[in-house]
Amino acid sequence: MIREFAGADVVYLLLAARWTVALAIMAMLGGGLLGLVIAALRIVPFKPANWLAILYINLIQGTPLLGQLFIFFFGLPLIGIQVDAWTAAAISLSIYAAAFFGEIWRGALQSVSIRQWEAGASLGLTYGQRLFYVVLPQALRVAVAPTVGFLVQLIKNTSLTALIGFVELTRAGQIISGATFAPLRVYLVVAVVYFVICFSLSQMSRRLERKLHVAR
Amino acid sequence: MNYNFRFEILLRYQAEILQGVLLTLQLSVLTMVFGLIIGLGVAIAAGSPSKWLSVPARFYVETIRNTPLLVQLFIVFFGLPSLGLRLSADLAAVIALSINMGAYGAEILRAGFESVRRSQIEAGRSLGLTAAQTFRHVVLFQATKAIYPALASQFVLIMLATCVVSSIGVTELFHQAAFIDSRTYRSFEAYTLITLSYLILTLAFRALFSFIYWAVFVRRPAR
Repeated sequence: MIREFAGADVVYLLLAARWTVALAIMAMLGGGLLGLVIAALRIVPFKPANWLAILYINLIQGTPLLGQLFIFFFGLPLIGIQVDAWTAAAISLSIYAAAFFGEIWRGALQSVSIRQWEAGASLGLTYGQRLFYVVLPQALRVAVAPTVGFLVQLIKNTSLTALIGFVELTRAGQIISGATFAPLRVYLVVAVVYFVICFSLSQMSRRLERKLHVAR
Repeated sequence: MNYNFRFEILLRYQAEILQGVLLTLQLSVLTMVFGLIIGLGVAIAAGSPSKWLSVPARFYVETIRNTPLLVQLFIVFFGLPSLGLRLSADLAAVIALSINMGAYGAEILRAGFESVRRSQIEAGRSLGLTAAQTFRHVVLFQATKAIYPALASQFVLIMLATCVVSSIGVTELFHQAAFIDSRTYRSFEAYTLITLSYLILTLAFRALFSFIYWAVFVRRPAR
């Protein structure tokens, strides 16, 4: 039965957008934690740890996210972990995000001049104290805007999970489009919803960049 | 773990994989070329003093950069036919990818033009060069050098992004994973192999681009 694309469908799309946002938040949390580890591995003065982090980053940034999604979707069951599309999506987006967060945060940490470390050392602070009281407060200021900027990429990239069958905004669009045969209108509405979410984040990132830059 | 990994079965599909690689590279190069052409026009329009040009250009850049490529692709491939514009999957893919790249290209080019300082152009003119000569000998080289790294990494990003067009049936590299999967039921092996093929392409192109940068911009004596 073909029906008209109506108000109820827009509501369905908006409800599905919750899953887009939920997935992005999961990836932000999981990717954030793992990203801290990657950033740490990247800057500790121990070469094998640096290499491990570089290998991880190259592996993730050098392959398509879509491929990573399929590998986790088909691969995890092989090692005895039964996953649904949601779990596979959340895991692989976290792993993907970690590589980018790791690089952003490493850059932020290294943007703090080496003299700040030396000054801390000459005042008799331990490595941990130098990191937490001297370097991190300055690095955070640099990291905030690009981190929020990357969230835009993350939201947009959640759309790929539609292709492994996770019902988020894009997949919901496919479903509605199949039922109503009004693909143009459906996908334009889908695009508008993405735009509202992503544009707000982009603007926030820009404002933060300006604000924190001026304060430096 | 009772699963027997059988990667060797996939060796039978070398021809398909090679064909996929070629199509992926074709798509990437076409996207880069058309994207930069669109980007150049948009960058000029966005910087123009006329609101009639700059506002639509900025609207285009913001709209494209804040929506997913997959949705843009669906609008072109599934949406446009209802306006009477029916495109083949390959053509829809090139159009959607180029429109997408146009927005990023505009930003890269804008940054490149801004990187050449005004005083460089004035210096060129004061030495008696014509405007065209100044552009050719002063601006072009510096601007190219400034945007080259961004363009090189953009090319790799495009190559990785092209895999979404497999969802509308373009038989590029990623589509071959689904094809091999359908023939062998070896989903994990097929997707792993294809994903790693992209890694090889990425590393090869990064090495090539670094070499070109060295050969053109570093080794070259100052003129």
